[in-house]
Amino acid sequence: MDQFLQLLVAGLATGAIYALAAIGFTLVWQTSQTINFAQGEFVMLPAILALAARDLLHLPFWAAAMLATAVFLLLFGVGFKRFLVDPMLKHGVLPLAIATMALSILMKEGAKDGYSAQAAQFPSMVPEGTFSLLGAAVSLRDVAVFVVAIAAIVALQLFVTRTRLGRTMQATAQNPTVARILGVRVERMILLTFLINAGLAVFASYLISPIYLAKFSNGEVIGLSAFIAAIVGGFNQVRGALAGGFIVGLVDNLAAAYVSSGYRTAVPLGLLVVFILFKPEGLLGRREERTV
Amino acid sequence: MIRRLDPNLVVIAIAAPLLWFIPVGFKAYGLYVVSLWLVMAIAAMGLNLTLGYAGLKSLAQAAFVGIGAYTTAILTKNHGVAWPVAFLVSGALSFGVGVVLGFPALRVKFHHLAFVTLAFAMFVFLVARNEEWLTGGVYGFSNIPRPVIFGLDLSRALPFYRFVLVVTVGLSLAMWWLLRSPWGRAFQALRENWMRAASLGVDIRTYTLLAFAIGSAWGGFAGALYAPLVEFIDPAPFAISASFVMLLTVVVGGSGFFLGPFVGAFLSFVLPELLRATGGWYLLVYASVVLILLVFSPTGILGLVERAREHVAQRRAAEMRAAARPMLEGSEAR
Repeated sequence: MDQFLQLLVAGLATGAIYALAAIGFTLVWQTSQTINFAQGEFVMLPAILALAARDLLHLPFWAAAMLATAVFLLLFGVGFKRFLVDPMLKHGVLPLAIATMALSILMKEGAKDGYSAQAAQFPSMVPEGTFSLLGAAVSLRDVAVFVVAIAAIVALQLFVTRTRLGRTMQATAQNPTVARILGVRVERMILLTFLINAGLAVFASYLISPIYLAKFSNGEVIGLSAFIAAIVGGFNQVRGALAGGFIVGLVDNLAAAYVSSGYRTAVPLGLLVVFILFKPEGLLGRREERTV
Repeated sequence: MIRRLDPNLVVIAIAAPLLWFIPVGFKAYGLYVVSLWLVMAIAAMGLNLTLGYAGLKSLAQAAFVGIGAYTTAILTKNHGVAWPVAFLVSGALSFGVGVVLGFPALRVKFHHLAFVTLAFAMFVFLVARNEEWLTGGVYGFSNIPRPVIFGLDLSRALPFYRFVLVVTVGLSLAMWWLLRSPWGRAFQALRENWMRAASLGVDIRTYTLLAFAIGSAWGGFAGALYAPLVEFIDPAPFAISASFVMLLTVVVGGSGFFLGPFVGAFLSFVLPELLRATGGWYLLVYASVVLILLVFSPTGILGLVERAREHVAQRRAAEMRAAARPMLEGSEAR
């Protein structure tokens, strides 16, 4: 029972981080039909950038992290849209998806060659230690990660539903043509979505790297978990991605303990296959019309 | 009626003898690189059938290469099975698994299919890594024997390279024949408009499964050559990023072009080896080249070539029209 409680908290914490990545994934999908196969690398890179800025420019850590955030938003928020998505989207969804695969290799190799092939310690931004809950030693960090991630998601949700800018963004995602007729600057809204995606990735990166260490190959598992979360929860819904993130985080952590640590990744994958075959629109998603 | 000779066939007929003799002076490493090129071209050829001709997005080709490589390694090393038998078993096993993996393709399309195949590729990787009793786990399999076929000892680099070349030509001709057969037409119909194909009486279910299974079998064949080529296998070359590279190989070469896999495999597997001499940055350079190429030509290198050829043809036609105009106008005036 103690162990179960610990796993539950750890699962919720990683789940919240997966949810951050999955939400960015679905947002970008909604506004510009971009399937970003580099989403995992988007979460891997900011932490590496921050460490590189600290080590190479000898900055204090907080300054390095801020610099890394700015560079990342510029390169993978604005630059990603301007130089990869814009020129490729007119050729269709598939060439763009394939280009993001090349981008994922580029980011991974860039991190490996440019910084380090070794896993590096990443300073935690939330308190460390444990406290006891119902007799179980629960990691304070897990709870803090969970709280911070949820706060970010709630803030995003409030922004999207309560502010004028957020609603315009939603309108763009739902029907760009009508939004344009109503005077929404669609291009700017799409750019905003990409920036939010990059921002969520930075957030997820700084939260997950203290737990799993910062390493160039982290993106594979994170990306896979984010895809699974997005599909299980529903490809076209933010709250779906949230639910999916928690499910994947919990299943992942529980499977590692109770099934087999070697096959921990396989259990969420099985979940993914079951969902795709029997409920392809996901738990909370809307059924999409099949294109002919 | 005289049938026009297929230019693809002409290229094979010219390239095969050239490739037989050119690498004679190469050192063992050079021969290894050229052999690797051909082996990966076989795997890409299979994926080109699934993706380029039948239009099914598969992210699991490297996993099939892995299935073939492990099957061959286990059979030839642990059980003393002759290589040709192991080769056929590798292909057949991949074919069978391909049929099973094809079933989701009947239900879901587009990105969902890509994710199912991605999940499968990850699963194969996990099995290779965890089932130490079968695959040797992370330590892999070493000293995989090179075959002796009809009394020919292929353990040295040059004979083995030539053997790989013969198998490659054989599999290319088989694929060429397949694509020209009614089956090949049916696969393309599947890609262009499956609903229309169904209404014209193409059995969608059978052909979808076949496209997957045959493409996978080619992956298995490639694996059967890969294992004795490198003589050591571990799970790493069959991870999901390898399946990404496989897909990039097909797309960069030109998906749906018969010779695309050879061009793509050159870029994905030979170029990095050439760049290796320049230091550790070769994969970075490779990924950048691919990215830039895709932005400029999403149909790949052969798509670019075809576009250039069409452009020239159009200009020539325009010149001929321009030259013919005075005559036409003259005849109208009369």
